[in-house]
Amino acid sequence: MKALILRDLRLAVRAGGGFGLGLAFFLIVIVLVPFGVGPDQALLRSIAPGILWVAALLAALLSLDRIFALDHEDGSLALLATSPLPMESAALAKGIAHWITTGLPLTIAAPVLGVLLNLTPAAFGPLLLSLALGTPALSMIGAFGAALTVGVRRGGLLVSLIVLPLYVPILIFGAEAVRRASEGLSYATPLLMVAAITAGAVALLPFASAAALRVNLR
Amino acid sequence: MSIWEYANPKKFMAWTAPVLTWVSVLAALSLAAGLIWGFFLTPEAERFGSTVKIIYIHVPSAFVAINAWLMMLVTSLIWLVRRHHVSVLAAKAAAPVGLVMTLVALATGAIWGQPMWGTWWVWDPRLTSFLILFLFYLGYLALWASIEDPDTAADLTSVLCIVGSVFAVLSRYAVLFWNQGLHQGASLSMDETENVSDIFWQPLVLSIAGFVLLFVALVLLRTRTEIRLRRAAALETRARSL
Repeated sequence: MKALILRDLRLAVRAGGGFGLGLAFFLIVIVLVPFGVGPDQALLRSIAPGILWVAALLAALLSLDRIFALDHEDGSLALLATSPLPMESAALAKGIAHWITTGLPLTIAAPVLGVLLNLTPAAFGPLLLSLALGTPALSMIGAFGAALTVGVRRGGLLVSLIVLPLYVPILIFGAEAVRRASEGLSYATPLLMVAAITAGAVALLPFASAAALRVNLR
Repeated sequence: MSIWEYANPKKFMAWTAPVLTWVSVLAALSLAAGLIWGFFLTPEAERFGSTVKIIYIHVPSAFVAINAWLMMLVTSLIWLVRRHHVSVLAAKAAAPVGLVMTLVALATGAIWGQPMWGTWWVWDPRLTSFLILFLFYLGYLALWASIEDPDTAADLTSVLCIVGSVFAVLSRYAVLFWNQGLHQGASLSMDETENVSDIFWQPLVLSIAGFVLLFVALVLLRTRTEIRLRRAAALETRARSL
């Protein structure tokens, strides 16, 4: 399992585009928003939590079709299926590798970009925390969507459509935690909900992903 | 003789043919009775005027939209456990009906909300969860449409339906986090004080029965069509291999 994660990370680094794509997209969205809504500091401050979360979510969405599609094309997914490693672990490892290449850099970059949106100083900690807790769920849900559509040619649009409603709860709670923090309210409850969804997604979704992969490899 | 024998495609076709006729007739009768009663024979509610009559379409369609997804969840589970093809075809048949019902509920709600709330759309918990339900139906149908092998598609959509149900319930309670919203409480809960008053309640129940029967009729009809499509596809493969 560790070998699989390391292999995916190496592939992401050496093939290029793994780390950079999501981050670049995140940066572009955050930089473009003030051009779109105008430079009003108060307005930017009030929409910053939501924009940061939506942008992070879209950036994670961008690289989903890479999770299984390339492995499916060159046959390594079939090899994985015949290896002693259970399919569930493989799905989990793929999700973790996706998180390390997109979710983790996004989390680290978010506070820097928060400055551009005039995010309240008190909200930086909660932003970091909520993204760190929430992005693993984004990767696991994304891996499930990718597993469902691995046999579909050019499944990118389909993955987005399937994954979009699944992302709603985590987005609501994640953005709500940051918003409450920026208004000086207690943000423990939404943050705990984010953590709960992530824990549930990491524990249960690999089984669904593995079931979908097995069907697709039949 | 177990209940599962009725899921045999041949038997299913045999018993649904007369049932379909009866259900259609009953649906037409109760819809006509419920809607005419509701539209013409009930008084106008104070403060709302005649706009209140849209609930005879709005509430039943919303009711069917949610329960259609529940039915798809049950039939998907049956497919995954017992591999009855008719079961998953029924889920496939129900999805477009549920999608349309969700749209009808959203549209009638918007038409009612415009004069009453002064806006077509608010991000109210109930409205938002219905929009999410609409997206779930779209994703489910898109997955069916994009996979060619029928058994693969059936398995994958069933898994999506189960995972989607969990997240749909999650979203339903997540949106309550924002605010309690503009939408009034339940029209038909068991709690007497929350209910609409009797004169509106009786035709409403009749129209809900009509919508449910209509749903059953449409699903039966579409399932029969799906079975025939399967048979046609099988015949075509056989003809090609000869």
